[in-house]
Amino acid sequence: MNVQSKPGKGGYIGQSMPRPNAVRLVEGRAQYVDDVMLPRMLHVAYLRSPHAHAKILAIRTDAAKKAPGVVLVATGKDFANIEKFAGVLAHFKGMKSAQQSVIAIDRACWQGEPVAAVVAESRHLAEDALELIEVDYQPLPVMVDIERGLDADASVIHAELKDNLCFSRDVDAGDFDAVAARADHIVEQTFRFPRHTGVCLEGRSVLGNWISADKRLTVYISHQAPNMVQDCFAKLLGLPESAVRVICVDVGGSFGIKTHVYGDELATCALSMMLGRPVKFVADRLESFVSDIHSRDHLVKGKIAVTKEGKLLAVSFEDRLAVGPYSVYPRGSAVEGNQICNITAQWYTLEAYRARMQTVFTNMAPYSNYRAVGHPVAVGIAEGLVDAAARKIGMDPIEIRRNNLIPDHAFPFQSVSGMKFEVMSHHRCLDELVKAMNYEALRKEQVELRKKGRYRGIGIASMIEITNPSAMFYGIGGVRVSAQDGCTARMEPSGSIVILHGCGEQGQGTETIFAQIAADAIGVPLETVRLVTGDTEVTPYGGGTWASRGAGVGGEATWQAARALRHNILELAALITQTDIGKLTIVNGSVVDSASGEEKITLAECGRIAYFRPDTLDSYRPELCVTRHFVPKQFPFCFTNGVIACHLEVDVNTGFIELQKFWAVEDCGTVLNPQLVDEQMRGGIVHGIGPTLFEHCIYNENGQLQNGNMADYLVPMPCEIPDMVVCHVSTPTKETEIGAKGAGEAGTAGTPAAIMNALNDALLPFNTVLTDMPFTPEKVLKGLGKV
Amino acid sequence: MKAAPFLYVKPKSIDEAVALKERHGASARYLAGGQSLMPVLNFRLDRPDLLIDINGLSELRGVSNSGSGVKIGALTRHAEVAKSEIVKSQLALLSECIPHIAHPAIRSGGTFGGSVALADPAAEWPACCLALDARIVLRSSKGERRVEAKDYFLGLYDTARTENELLIRVEFPAVAAGTKAVALELARRRGDFAIAGVLAQAKKTGVRLENVRVVFFGISDRPVRLSAVEQGIAEGQPMETIHQAIDAGINPDDDIYQSGATKTHLAKVLLGRAVEQLRQ
Ligand SMILES: Cc1cc2nc3c(=O)[nH]c(=O)nc-3n(C[C@H](O)[C@H](O)[C@H](O)COP(=O)(O)OP(=O)(O)OC[C@H]3O[C@@H](n4cnc5c(N)ncnc54)[C@H](O)[C@@H]3O)c2cc1C
Repeated sequence: MNVQSKPGKGGYIGQSMPRPNAVRLVEGRAQYVDDVMLPRMLHVAYLRSPHAHAKILAIRTDAAKKAPGVVLVATGKDFANIEKFAGVLAHFKGMKSAQQSVIAIDRACWQGEPVAAVVAESRHLAEDALELIEVDYQPLPVMVDIERGLDADASVIHAELKDNLCFSRDVDAGDFDAVAARADHIVEQTFRFPRHTGVCLEGRSVLGNWISADKRLTVYISHQAPNMVQDCFAKLLGLPESAVRVICVDVGGSFGIKTHVYGDELATCALSMMLGRPVKFVADRLESFVSDIHSRDHLVKGKIAVTKEGKLLAVSFEDRLAVGPYSVYPRGSAVEGNQICNITAQWYTLEAYRARMQTVFTNMAPYSNYRAVGHPVAVGIAEGLVDAAARKIGMDPIEIRRNNLIPDHAFPFQSVSGMKFEVMSHHRCLDELVKAMNYEALRKEQVELRKKGRYRGIGIASMIEITNPSAMFYGIGGVRVSAQDGCTARMEPSGSIVILHGCGEQGQGTETIFAQIAADAIGVPLETVRLVTGDTEVTPYGGGTWASRGAGVGGEATWQAARALRHNILELAALITQTDIGKLTIVNGSVVDSASGEEKITLAECGRIAYFRPDTLDSYRPELCVTRHFVPKQFPFCFTNGVIACHLEVDVNTGFIELQKFWAVEDCGTVLNPQLVDEQMRGGIVHGIGPTLFEHCIYNENGQLQNGNMADYLVPMPCEIPDMVVCHVSTPTKETEIGAKGAGEAGTAGTPAAIMNALNDALLPFNTVLTDMPFTPEKVLKGLGKV
Repeated sequence: MKAAPFLYVKPKSIDEAVALKERHGASARYLAGGQSLMPVLNFRLDRPDLLIDINGLSELRGVSNSGSGVKIGALTRHAEVAKSEIVKSQLALLSECIPHIAHPAIRSGGTFGGSVALADPAAEWPACCLALDARIVLRSSKGERRVEAKDYFLGLYDTARTENELLIRVEFPAVAAGTKAVALELARRRGDFAIAGVLAQAKKTGVRLENVRVVFFGISDRPVRLSAVEQGIAEGQPMETIHQAIDAGINPDDDIYQSGATKTHLAKVLLGRAVEQLRQ
């Protein structure tokens, strides 16, 4: 272990500590949106299109309007005054999307698109009335075929767009053909990454409360980016920004699902405005499957050029991905493909790189950014190809990576695709991994077990992860998602500290690390630091939590604000105690002599004087509330790196795969709280296991989701999850004082490739290679020629 | 995902429950553990007008000896079957099944009778009934009747129980001492319904297996017993011959994750393993 705690040596930073707020959740005292009860509150339920693509000829709502408890029935036309929207990023050249309305008006474009709303005294009554609405649909041609979606004769979903292409990009760096000509082998491989979704424990939820007298809308919402919701809802509902307050208290998982604007959530607020009453919408599990964003869904054809000595020369691939019928607002549906073009295989010293990516509209559920956007695919392509190359030349997977990963001393480094890397530690991580897993012993065991007819496999995946994005991510494309974050640090009269922050908490421990950082930065006990997040009315403007930015961006803002507060406290203490400020420091809530440690004055005493006897301070005005903002500027993104290994056994008679163990070594710079980073890695690995072995949104040719429920959509459960060993290497970023990079997505990024490589390692004696995820028992049996 | 409106009644006696059901017929449902019925109601895939909650009928609960056999009351929870000493000592096959049935929470709620009444083709208890020649005891206002398991399971969620009959218990004849039981199944996740399962039981005398019983589940519209397979095992026929009997006897449908051919293959693999365990 190589944990460094740079800023507050000996303090809280770098220490494992549990999340204090987890106790409230375990005691059942969380406040999710569904727990918020307002007087006169109503509930809305949405009727959703059963067709993937259909013209809406007529909607008859009379019977529903007369049903018990019903207050309002609304259809798309009733929301016509809400601005339409489309997630198009200006810096993605040629990107396009049709305009979406909150509720379908003349046409439904996916199975699950809302077509009508019933507002009633309870959700139950609303659902009863939904059944009384009659809709005449005229089915239209359905486009769900990723391979044929761009053909000249393909049916086009939105005529005004001319074709089904949302966004495409070509990267051609170095001369691929010339470089590949020098290779001894060009190995080709096709990959399939399945469409899947996020399955948050708490479904999407919103409660809109329009107070007409104040002309203000308060939105309680389960979301990751409160200020983004404020901005988008105000714009689309035609309100000034100041009229919208967004409150996110407890959020029961999010994983990127909750960084978007959903039509039904916006419509719920519009209904509150129509009725002048609070209106609540909580997505149930069935509608979550067809209305939460889906992700991945790639068909990739890749190539790698390698010499017989094991030097990787060049990588090329073509990636087709199938999104929904609209580019999701406001972040769009194209970041996934774009990231893949940017980062695939860029952790290797390649001479040439060629990528072609096409993002195709389909009549499946909306699609956008989900945990580790693009990464599992980028890592899957690269690490799948690297192993294919290793098999071709008969080289050990560890050795081929040692030969080709960017050397640790080569940083800063610019990759062949143009990615700028500040500092990484691929080789140290790989060395740690080999040690932690006892690689040689596992290889010996593998040989012995094979003799007994047992087939174990070891799979390695090296990787990078984009974290702490700058304004190059969204702002530059005209998308009003803040890249900066702000923190206010305030000392109260008792000496306790309040931290108000734009980054919130969805269960990952953001508030805990902010408290650790603030406590160290000021010099106070952790228990005296209180966090306030998730309320646009009180917290500084910020981007929220996504792209693994909470610790690196939000944490640095916390550090800066808390350091500034510390300085102001010391200035005050110096004045009160008539001591040179240079001789003072703060330890454990007291101002002490930095040399002797002798207590000069407590923070409580400073507070008493500052707040109640400022008359004794002459002209000095204490500022015990300071705000600082931070945004990364030196690099577009802060890249982290790591390596994951999977050990599994394949039952070659049943095709069942039993995961044995995972090892992960990751480098997120300064490890602020090892326990929380470990939790992120573990949770991330589980999210990687899901779509590799189990999770798959299966659509038929009519665009009907075949398994949209918790019995048929297989989420891995505790019994399917093996032990995991997580180790850390730490190379802090120099762009910030705390040195933290992101840690939230690495597990998800690397795990699919690690499992795939382990599976193919296990199947080596059978001369079969599987690359079509999820790897079901049937696919394994087919690969083995048994069925 | 809220159930359509229904009325609810909790009768105090079997007679009252049966009378209510006969009065309301197909628009009423008995409610036992609710582990299968409640999801179906919440999905609005079923919308009865009346639920007759039988959880107040304590006489339907528990495991006891009857003559040389064992009686399991319809309301006995899966978890109670698991704990029962009578089951452990006399119905080893049932004990072998327990770890495969769902998760602890569902085992605490779900009932033996509910499972046999529902007759899910992938459920363990119906397969046990068939393997052990159980009799299913049904009650109506006309009194009790007993149906042999082999005549009871008729198809997908379809049984010889008529609409209004209340399943009150299942009676198992004694199992010969020294009989070995094996329950093997494959599920994508632990606790899920089996994609293929096999129950096998036999008495080992020397190298021979006698009184062989084999029931497959999860591979057809109901649990399936194949006498040709049992005979093949008893006679020590080669596995290929037994596989032919399986091919002749079952023809599973495809589901979203696997084809019928895969299920047949898995059934064969499981049978091979079960026989190996019986021989040990
Ligand atoms: C996640 C999950 C996993 C599961 N996995 C498994 C598994 O692996 N194996 C397995 O076998 N089961 C499994 N089950 C089903 C579970 O065992 C059910 O409890 C059982 O099948 C039904 O029993 P119940 O008491 O809950 O019946 P209920 O849900 O109350 O009733 C089911 C049906 O039977 C009727 N009924 C119930 N009792 C009687 C009676 N005495 N007379 C007449 N009709 C009656 C009801 O009217 C209803 O139509 C699972 C369930 C869940 C939710």
